[in-house]
Amino acid sequence: MSTFWRTFKVAAWLGWEMDSNWTEPWLFIIYSIVKPIAAVFILVLMYVVFAAIGNVRPQPLFDFMYVGNAFFIFVGSTLFGTFQVIQSDREWYQTIRYVYISPISFYVYVMGRAVSKIIVASFAVVITLAFGAFVLNPPVPITISWSAVPVFIVSFILGLFCLLAIGITLGGATFLMARHTQTIAEAVPGIFYVFCGVLFPLSVLPGGLSDVGKVIPLTYWFDLSRRLLLPSAELQGIQTGLGGFSDLTILAFLAISSVAFFGLSIAVFKAGEYLARKAGKIDMTTSY
Amino acid sequence: MREATVRRADLRFRLGLNLRSVVGRAYPRVIGANREPSWLIFEVFLPLLGIAAYVFIYQAFYQAQAAAICPSPCTPTPAQLLALHQAGQNLNALVATVVLGGTMVAFWLNVLWSMASQLYWEKEIGNLQLYMMAPMNRMALLGGMAIGGMFMTSVRALSTLVAGIVVFGVIFSVANPFLLLAVFFVTLIALYGMGMMFASLYLLWGREAWNLSALMEEPIFFSSGMYFPAGGLFSIPTWGPAVAIAGSIVPATFGLDALRQLTLPGTAPLPLLPPVTELEILLVLAVVFLVLARYTLAYLETLAKREGKLTSRHQ
Repeated sequence: MSTFWRTFKVAAWLGWEMDSNWTEPWLFIIYSIVKPIAAVFILVLMYVVFAAIGNVRPQPLFDFMYVGNAFFIFVGSTLFGTFQVIQSDREWYQTIRYVYISPISFYVYVMGRAVSKIIVASFAVVITLAFGAFVLNPPVPITISWSAVPVFIVSFILGLFCLLAIGITLGGATFLMARHTQTIAEAVPGIFYVFCGVLFPLSVLPGGLSDVGKVIPLTYWFDLSRRLLLPSAELQGIQTGLGGFSDLTILAFLAISSVAFFGLSIAVFKAGEYLARKAGKIDMTTSY
Repeated sequence: MREATVRRADLRFRLGLNLRSVVGRAYPRVIGANREPSWLIFEVFLPLLGIAAYVFIYQAFYQAQAAAICPSPCTPTPAQLLALHQAGQNLNALVATVVLGGTMVAFWLNVLWSMASQLYWEKEIGNLQLYMMAPMNRMALLGGMAIGGMFMTSVRALSTLVAGIVVFGVIFSVANPFLLLAVFFVTLIALYGMGMMFASLYLLWGREAWNLSALMEEPIFFSSGMYFPAGGLFSIPTWGPAVAIAGSIVPATFGLDALRQLTLPGTAPLPLLPPVTELEILLVLAVVFLVLARYTLAYLETLAKREGKLTSRHQ
């Protein structure tokens, strides 16, 4: 256990240094915040444009979208933080062979490397939510009752744990892939963007596509976070497809699916590792 | 003069050499990509999902608007029918805006990651020194990268466009195909010219420039109006126009706005300038970026050699 903890700590420190030591800390913080804030502004402008040409202001829908998008910052950062590790160590720094043969758990190492990105994403999420609550006009009515805080904390931890598990599952697959980190980083969050009800209620999806979202744990995380942070009156008219479940039931769904994804991540990671070793791809480099 | 010196001074020889370099550098991008078919999933299918998300946002807004015009159970009056028809037209225009934006995003990402930051990648894997020793012009190298990249990205852009028409039912109407083609190609030349200019930064810098590329994703998507009409920025009186003007330095802004106006005649929401004026601005940008690329490349190469950073890896 102590080896796991030491690996995790050192990997987290290494990840932080690799992410941030190219510049001054203050510049790094600004850099880390500008990207997600710009993503939020895209949504704000989409709403402004729709309101301008349609003469209608669906404010509750905007609030729904705003909070979902704020929490989505964790998705991009955590997923990228985990699945890019193998490719960056293998292709860019070409250090994977040394890390891989060291007496540590490679799974824990990958997990540790993502920590710095989660910390930076947390700042960005807080700033985004604060911006919505205090700067936007009309403000996004973000509020949480004391009784909801424990549920929020548990769901937050489970959500991040689940994200790490999904990221490592993808990481296991990248053992066998050519350098596609950037495109995966753009594409995979796109799946969650569409199917997890991040920006729009699942009922908007055509046909049975909303059922796809119901098997992805992040759907429950986003829904629960919104329920706990926005007034219930705000969400009343929005058909999420999960309205029949209580907060605790949603939390139970999240817990069960997080454990399932954790198991899946170990299986895929081990399978990817085994196949890559068999094919001699652990330290391959690809270029075109 | 020695025979080799005479040959190097010969215009025909130099032209042939550089053209071969262009083809040589474009070749692995076209052929290499085909040898790794998994790129089709990542470049074609998955990015469509991100675009779909933005389309569904507009559809969610539209559903809220339709419910406001004619609350359920709806038996529409003629006035409500007219309002619903108008809302539907607006929705088509906004979805088309997203689809066209998605095609431009593909090119912009290619410019950032396979054009601008490519020299960093080449430096990391040890190819850059080989390029520097080769007798071709550096612009020919970058030109080859650009052409290969355009081919790869065109597949993704085309699939986005087809998906927009087939899956989302977007209706485009092209009134002036020649102007449309002119705007499209001049935009690409200007964009890739900008990418060549950025590429020179990587001769000197490493991760600083890489992070600069990363920083030019969402903020540029925002300031260039990739998923909404850039004219919408003028709806925000305080800082909106400043962002729109700053964003128009990126050729995608005017290119996209002109393409939207030319494919949605009369219904393109919140246009910036007439398409012909935007084409003229794009032409100026294309020339400026290509000239700047040539000079910055030469200047930063010299600087990088002087500071010993040309082949230093992992900076």
